[in-house]
Amino acid sequence: MAGQLSIAKALNEALRKSLENDPKTLLMGEDIGKLGGVFRITDGLQKDFGEDRVIDSPLAESGIMGTAIGLALRGYRPVVEIQFDGFVYPAFDQIVSQLAKMHARALGHVKMPVTVRIPYAGGIGAVEHHSESHEAYFAHTAGLRVVTPSNAHDAHWMLRQAIESDDPVIFLEPKRRYWDKGEVGAAADLGLHDARIVRPGTDATLIAYGPMVKVCLEAAAAAEEDGRRLEVVDLRSLSPVDFTTLEESVKRTGRAVVVHEAPVFLGMGAELAARLTERCFYHLEAPVLRVGGYYAPYPPSRVEEAFLPDLDRVLDAVDRALAY
Amino acid sequence: MTVKSTARARKKAAPAVPDTLRATGTDAQPELVQLLTPEGERVEHPDYPLTTTPEELRSLYRDLVLVRRFDGEATALQRQGELGLWASLLGQEAAQVGSGRAMRTGDYAFPTYREHGVAWCRDVDPLNLLGMFRGVNHGGWDPNEKNFHLYTIVIGAQTLHATGYAMGITKDGADDAVIAYFGDGASSQGDVNEAFTFASVYNAPVVFFCQNNQWAISEPTTTQTKIPLYRRASGFGFPGVRVDGNDVLACLAVTRWALDHARSGNGPVLIEAFTYRMGAHTTSDDPTRYRLAEETEAWKAKDPILRLRTLLEKEGLADEEFFAAVDAESEQLGLRVREGVRSMPDPDPTLIFDHVYSEPHALVDEERAEYVEYAASFEAGENH
Ligand SMILES: Cc1ncc(C[n+]2csc(CCOP(=O)(O)OP(=O)(O)O)c2C)c(N)n1
Repeated sequence: MAGQLSIAKALNEALRKSLENDPKTLLMGEDIGKLGGVFRITDGLQKDFGEDRVIDSPLAESGIMGTAIGLALRGYRPVVEIQFDGFVYPAFDQIVSQLAKMHARALGHVKMPVTVRIPYAGGIGAVEHHSESHEAYFAHTAGLRVVTPSNAHDAHWMLRQAIESDDPVIFLEPKRRYWDKGEVGAAADLGLHDARIVRPGTDATLIAYGPMVKVCLEAAAAAEEDGRRLEVVDLRSLSPVDFTTLEESVKRTGRAVVVHEAPVFLGMGAELAARLTERCFYHLEAPVLRVGGYYAPYPPSRVEEAFLPDLDRVLDAVDRALAY
Repeated sequence: MTVKSTARARKKAAPAVPDTLRATGTDAQPELVQLLTPEGERVEHPDYPLTTTPEELRSLYRDLVLVRRFDGEATALQRQGELGLWASLLGQEAAQVGSGRAMRTGDYAFPTYREHGVAWCRDVDPLNLLGMFRGVNHGGWDPNEKNFHLYTIVIGAQTLHATGYAMGITKDGADDAVIAYFGDGASSQGDVNEAFTFASVYNAPVVFFCQNNQWAISEPTTTQTKIPLYRRASGFGFPGVRVDGNDVLACLAVTRWALDHARSGNGPVLIEAFTYRMGAHTTSDDPTRYRLAEETEAWKAKDPILRLRTLLEKEGLADEEFFAAVDAESEQLGLRVREGVRSMPDPDPTLIFDHVYSEPHALVDEERAEYVEYAASFEAGENH
């Protein structure tokens, strides 16, 4: 595995390994066969594993999710691809009312090892319904695990861990990072739900996940030129959240800024800010601040840069935090 | 998770689709498939021959009576405040017992919330069904024990689970089949139509069993469809059959045919069991606001139990002793259900945190610990 891989290729390899390792693993989705998916994440897999394991499904998201649940009941381990974030809503009922609750309703008698892969979030200049960040809906639903990698190594290993999990996992893929390259290590170095400190610092903690990790790393690099040492934590898992790592970081730096693409209102940042305030109140030098999208539908692509948090908005928030 | 792969080769010899029932899209409406008239006469149907021993007929009668008794007992228990709600199957016993008894051991049923008769045929302990209506769980039984899935309340959602399960059967090379139960109202849902598409294109061995009991709470079937429901199947490319849902023999014969059709690699079948909900939709419903007493009266004459009893008596297939024995058994069942429900314990509140996930989840663990500590603080307070 060693070597530089794009996130897309790292995901592709993870799917390949999962298909090889367990004959019960199946891929299902629209256009994932000959085409290899609209982002080519499943490229070549149908050729090598056959139409029975890499299944082009009818254009029916609820149908894809609902039949995946039935296949899981029969002992299979389906990995579902939703073509784009904005098209998961027709499957929402099957995900939140059925997939998330089946294990509990059966008092533990059945397991739901289903992985739902969703290319999410913006920044690629797409038409509407192709750029949304809906992680809070899923993280709000008990019974689901929600994770999102930000680099090739995590993309590979987190996907393999997600597929091996006996619980349903919503696996959010930051689509604008698909082509970013990175080293993929030979083994997972963290649990699926552990956060990672990707840049150590002392003055404030930037908390991000998925596509925003890169923005925060860039912000931290820029801040360093001004003599500010920012710590960047890649959350990786949105349910459950690794509060232990966050808490330790924030207690050290005394300041925290949460950054995500989704609207700030009732987003992941709200939850993180509330909990960090409870846990680190006496260590905080400033309120936990949030940077994110506005409370508006994801905008047309010509103005999406105004909607998305960028380096300057992150640095502005850091200035405000440091000014307390 | 057990995988029921019998690894038996799937038979390719297809049972023929009866010509009259091929989904042709013509306007000609085939009559209901019927093998036992409301007057208790056995009749032949060219496409669905059924031979039954006297013992089988008596056994079906026993099923019908006991299922009705169980249902009546549950309705009474709701009235007594022992259950929060009950969805009665009164009037639909034949559709459920006929289809339920058509299943083989390896077949799998995906019910709605009203399939108490099917559960009975799958040998699920009736008390299991009452847990969710009493409010002690949301299902609770192990679906794989008797191949009877949990009740599903979101209308039509289970038809997709059934179809996916059936797709798995095909992958396993097993020769089992699946029945997905749903109502006439559910036929309007997207999920049911998506299930039809998936089942059809993947040739999944699933029988869609629609109990058209004429009503979806207060809405008549005409609010859901402009064509007879069984004819929906033709648009999806598989056969649809309408059967007299109050005729246990016809339901048995047609479902047996459909399951064999599906398990032999011929893909799905839609059965519309034409029946009637004699009671309220649930114990919270008031049918006098939307339907006429005359309608209910007219259906009474088609009662599924009465017509089988008439046959048994007329043909001398059962004596007084048999009927008395069934009645006695029915009394016992009633007693068992009553006592079982009353002594059903409330779960420990920590059940809230059990089984949210199958692997540990930090937030759930933390909140469980918080709750336990909180609850303990009250106990400590009492000791003062
Ligand atoms: C998606 C959804 N919408 C609404 C309801 C509320 N509801 C419960 S039963 C029912 C009527 C269902 O009618 P039908 O499918 O004909 O089945 P029946 O109860 O008559 O057997 C409705 C509207 C529901 N459970 N699920």
